[in-house]
Amino acid sequence: MITFETIVFYVFAAMLISAGVLVITLRNPVHAVLSLVLAFFASAGLWLLLEAEFLAIALVLVYVGAVMVLFLFVVMMLDINIAEVREGFARYLPIAAMFAVLMGVSLLLVVGPAHFGTAQVPIPPPVASDVNNTEQLGLAMFTQYVLPLEIASVVLLVAIIAAIALTLRSTRQTKAPKPESQVRVRREDRIRLIKMDAEKGA
Amino acid sequence: MNEWLLAQAPFLPPSVAAVMVILFKIVLIVAPLMGCVAYLTLAERKVIGYMQVRLGPNRVSLLGLDFLRGWGQPIADALKLMTKEIIVPSGANKFLFLAAPIIALAPALAAWAVVPFGAEMTLANINAGLLYILALTSLGVYGIIIAGWASNSKYAFLGAMRSAAQIVSYEIAMGFALVCVLVAAGSLNLGEIVEAQRGNVLTWFWLPLFPMWLIYFISGVAETNRAPFDVSEGESEIVAGFHVEYAGMAFALFFLAEYANMILIAGLTAVLFFGGWLSPLPASWGDWPFIGALVGDGIHWFLIKLSFFLFCFLWFRATFPRYRYDQIMRLGWKVFLPITIVWIVVTATAVVLELPPWFDRA
Repeated sequence: MITFETIVFYVFAAMLISAGVLVITLRNPVHAVLSLVLAFFASAGLWLLLEAEFLAIALVLVYVGAVMVLFLFVVMMLDINIAEVREGFARYLPIAAMFAVLMGVSLLLVVGPAHFGTAQVPIPPPVASDVNNTEQLGLAMFTQYVLPLEIASVVLLVAIIAAIALTLRSTRQTKAPKPESQVRVRREDRIRLIKMDAEKGA
Repeated sequence: MNEWLLAQAPFLPPSVAAVMVILFKIVLIVAPLMGCVAYLTLAERKVIGYMQVRLGPNRVSLLGLDFLRGWGQPIADALKLMTKEIIVPSGANKFLFLAAPIIALAPALAAWAVVPFGAEMTLANINAGLLYILALTSLGVYGIIIAGWASNSKYAFLGAMRSAAQIVSYEIAMGFALVCVLVAAGSLNLGEIVEAQRGNVLTWFWLPLFPMWLIYFISGVAETNRAPFDVSEGESEIVAGFHVEYAGMAFALFFLAEYANMILIAGLTAVLFFGGWLSPLPASWGDWPFIGALVGDGIHWFLIKLSFFLFCFLWFRATFPRYRYDQIMRLGWKVFLPITIVWIVVTATAVVLELPPWFDRA
């Protein structure tokens, strides 16, 4: 039985998988980042299909709107030498293949088909159209799951402070202007008016 | 309106008819929007002209009418841009070079889907409307970055880099300002946000969220890369910034996107802080004969408020000198961000205390 939802699902799923493959196969790093953006869009589409509109829009907002912009920003400024990166491909291939197989097997074990399907996860009962997904999510997050949420936010805060502390070097001579001193500048500090007689023509 | 439209084509299957109705509504939004963009360019040149004691465009008239001199200018400009050749620089990435203007325009138009024009006048009345707007306005930067990179030009690339850093920075302050609005309204739905402001002029959110209104609007000016935050174009420094290599219709699409975004920011400021379609006049006046529809709530109030904020965009451009780049960054990160975070706490406290007259929900 092929419904409209099934078609939409397969379209987005195919888009997601092909974009994911493109991310690791495209030679041009900027194109690879843009494929990753497409992959995020496709997964946002899949989440919309699950009626998780808050998650879908948050995915686009956070990952596509902010994280990937910074990715692009960095990748565009890098001067990546593709030939250098590909050097030693054959030499490292056996080890890389081994790890790839290992990763693949562990992924299958953790999130393999044995854990999914309607036998393991029953289809949730259909909800009325006036149920507010965002509100329910907020209620669950700030009541039932408030402790994990707080722990996650503290971890994030630590990460932010650590990132700033790692990059901030007070000994470095910065030439950044100080706006407060610039604002406080008076006319007399910069300009001296001198009275003098007019020069005589030669 | 839905039932009436569906009744117009009884021969179509219901699903097709529903799609046709949606398409018709999209045309109803996008076509006037394009017209507004065209005449906003004229308004901009006229307003700035008068502010600088010039006349502005006054040659191209419509239908040869004397009092319409200058009114044909947008049409002439559009025709000129459409007939010009799109030049692709030899070192450019052709696909991305041509895709960039489309990527810039698409989110600018798509964001209009959730804007409430009137009490029942929304294309998509979705619950996460505010979030949707925030997500789509944050996508506009892709067009600029990709254009700057694909042009394979130093000036374009510099403009794109400036723009990316600026938009990402101001998005944070903008997002926090919107968090205040949604805390105050208790909803992400734009229609419900407007309804939460019902009362009189003083119950609109501009008063309890006054600093947030200023920050939202200034961040909006920065997000749309308008003066005084137009360093990504910066004519006197980097020629025309990210779109320096573009000509013809590809260039026009960037212009369309910029102006559609301006109108969107003006409209959102009206919706979020100035009561959208709500009338500033006392509600009892709405029962008056004949002029009741004019003084009561309606789309015209939304358009009046929108026009005022659009005028502010032009006003800023004519009066403020361009910000220096480090000052833009300082304003966004060190001034706006702390203020918004403090005001979230203030708003949340006021909502919890049910401070009248704004937050005393029955």
